[in-house]
Amino acid sequence: MYPFTYVRGDDRQAAVALAAEPGTEFLAGGTDMLQLLKDEVRRPRRLVEITSLSGMSEISSGPQGLRLGALARMADVADHPAVRDEYPVISQALLASASPQVRNMATIGGNLLQRTRCAYFRDTAMPCNRREPGSGCSAIDGENRLHAVLGGSDHCIATHASDLAVALVACDAVVVVTGPSGEQRIKLEDLHLLPGETPEKETVLQPGDLITAVEVPPLAFARRSLYRKVRDRASFEFALAAAAVALDIDGGTIRQARVALGGVGTKPWRSHEAEKALTGAKLETASFEKAAAAALAAARPLHQNGFKIILAQRTLIRALLTVGA
Amino acid sequence: MSDWDVSRRGFLQTTALTSGGFAFAQFVDRHGALAAEPEAAPSESAPARQRVTLQVNRTSHELTLDPRTTLLDALREHIGLTGAKKGCDMGACGACTVHLDGKRVVSCLTLAASAEGRRITTIEGLAEGDELHPMQAAFVEHDGFQCGYCTPGQIMSAVALVGEGRAASDDSIREFMSGNLCRCGAYPNIVAAIKSVAGGRA
Ligand SMILES: Cc1cc2nc3c(=O)[nH]c(=O)nc-3n(C[C@H](O)[C@H](O)[C@H](O)COP(=O)(O)OP(=O)(O)OC[C@H]3O[C@@H](n4cnc5c(N)ncnc54)[C@H](O)[C@@H]3O)c2cc1C
Ligand code: SF4
Ligand code: FES
Ligand code: FES
Repeated sequence: MYPFTYVRGDDRQAAVALAAEPGTEFLAGGTDMLQLLKDEVRRPRRLVEITSLSGMSEISSGPQGLRLGALARMADVADHPAVRDEYPVISQALLASASPQVRNMATIGGNLLQRTRCAYFRDTAMPCNRREPGSGCSAIDGENRLHAVLGGSDHCIATHASDLAVALVACDAVVVVTGPSGEQRIKLEDLHLLPGETPEKETVLQPGDLITAVEVPPLAFARRSLYRKVRDRASFEFALAAAAVALDIDGGTIRQARVALGGVGTKPWRSHEAEKALTGAKLETASFEKAAAAALAAARPLHQNGFKIILAQRTLIRALLTVGA
Repeated sequence: MSDWDVSRRGFLQTTALTSGGFAFAQFVDRHGALAAEPEAAPSESAPARQRVTLQVNRTSHELTLDPRTTLLDALREHIGLTGAKKGCDMGACGACTVHLDGKRVVSCLTLAASAEGRRITTIEGLAEGDELHPMQAAFVEHDGFQCGYCTPGQIMSAVALVGEGRAASDDSIREFMSGNLCRCGAYPNIVAAIKSVAGGRA
C-alpha cells in the first residue's frame, strides 16, 4: 500500500470539495478500495471517509418508488421489506453477491463504482489499458474466459462485475449525484461508459462527484421479477452469466418486459433488444428463446469465452421461464 | 496465544522499527503488518500517524497508527488480540471475521480508523469469563474444526448467522456461511454445530 492520509468527512459539501482535489478519493465500505490499495492498483494520497455523512443511509419506498441512500449497506437493502416484496430482483441480486460479511460493509454507491475483476487490471506487472492507458490489453490474447462478450473494444473487454447494477438498470434506476457544480440525476444506464478507445474512463462522473442516492421509479410488475446468476461455484463468486428480468403478463401475452444481463457485458447490460422481442409476444418458451437470441445477437466471442454466449441465453431463458410460470 | 507467538511477534516489531531496511520494510508492508514507518514513495514524506481509539470487547484502546493499518492488523499487531486470523487479507476467506456494532465484517478490508467509535467484538470477547459462548461449546462438541485456523472466523460468523435468523435449514446455513472457507473441510461438522445452537434457541 502506498501511503495516504485519512480524513473523515462530516459535511457533504466539504467532502465533495476535498475529493475534487487531485489524488483524493472517497472511501465508503472500503471492500473494493482496500483490495485495490493493497494491490497498489490505486494510489490515492488522501481518502475521505464518507460513511459518517448524515442522511445518506436511508431506504424508503412510497408512491414515487424506491429510494436507496448511497451509504445503505447491501445487506440492509436486500432485507428491506419493500425491496423484497416490490423489487425482488434487487433483493435477489444483492443476496447473490459477495458474502454476508462483505454485504454488511459494502454500500450501494460503492457497489455501482466497483472496478472490474479482470485479473490483469489488478496485477500491476501486466499491461492494461484501463489501469495504464496505452499499455495494451493483456486479456484479448490472454486468459479471457471470464471476460465480456458484449460491449468490448479492441482496447478492453473487461466485464462489469456488479450484480446489483444489473438489477437496477433493468428497473430504470436513476443515480443522484452531488458534485462541485451542484446536483444532477443520471440514468444508471448512462452512468457507465463502454470502453471504446478510452477504457480508463469508466463512468461519466467527475472528480468530487458524490453519489447520494439511487432512485427506482415505481414499477408495478417488478413484483414479478427475478435475478438468476450462474457461477463457477454455488456461492460467493462473481457471475459467469446472470439475468435480471421482470414481466408484465396479461393472460397468455407479455405486455411489457425488462431484461438486463450480468457477467457478459462491459457495463451493466440492459437488453432493449430482448425487451422488444418479448413485448406483445406469447408467454411461451419459443418467445423466450427468440428474446435470448436477440439479447446475444451482437456478442463477440474471444478464444476462451465463447461458452458465455450460450450460457447467457440459457440463463435468460431459465429466468423468464421461472418468472413467467 | 503461545509464548513463542508472543516473542516472535515482539521480535518482528522491534526489528522492523530499528532496522528500517528496505527489504524488510517491504516484507512488512506486503503483509500489511505496518509495524515499521511506512516506506514512502520516493520524494514523498510518510503521512503522519494518527490517533485512533478502538473499543474492543468493552475495553478502550488508544493507538497511534499509520493510516494504512487495517482493523485486523490493529487487533493482532497493536492490541495483541490474535484470535482473528489473516488468511487471504483480501476479503475472500472470512478468517478475520469480527463484529462491528454486532454485525459480522471482514477486518482485513476495514481500516482501523474507520472502526473508531464502533463496538468491536472479537472471538476473545465471546466467552463470559471461563464459560464458553454456546457456539464455541458447540464447535468443540461437534468437532467443528481440524487445524483451527479458520475457526475464530467461523464462530464469529456463526454467532451472527443465528442472530440474523438464517439457520432455518442446512442449505441456508451453508449459503450464509459461504463467506468462511475451511481448507480442512470441516464443513459438515460446522453445520451440525450451528444447527445445534440454533435448535436450542428455537
Ligand atoms: C470477496 C469479495 C467478493 C465480492 N463478490 C461480489 C459479487 O459476487 N457481486 C458483486 O456485485 N460484487 C461483489 N463484490 C464487490 C463488492 O460488492 C464491492 O466491493 C462493494 O459493493 C463496494 O462497495 P464499498 O462501499 O465497499 O465501496 P468502496 O470500496 O468504499 O468504494 C468503491 C469505489 O466507489 C467510490 N465510492 C464509494 N461510495 C461512493 C459515493 N457515494 N459516491 C461516489 N463515489 C463513491 C470509492 O471512491 C471507490 O472508488 C465482492 C467484493 C469482495 C471483497
Ligand atoms: S480487459 Fe480491460 S481491464 Fe482487462 S487487461 Fe484488458 S484493458 Fe485491462
Ligand atoms: S483474511 Fe480477511 S477475509 Fe481472508
Ligand atoms: S479447521 Fe483448518 S481451515 Fe478450517
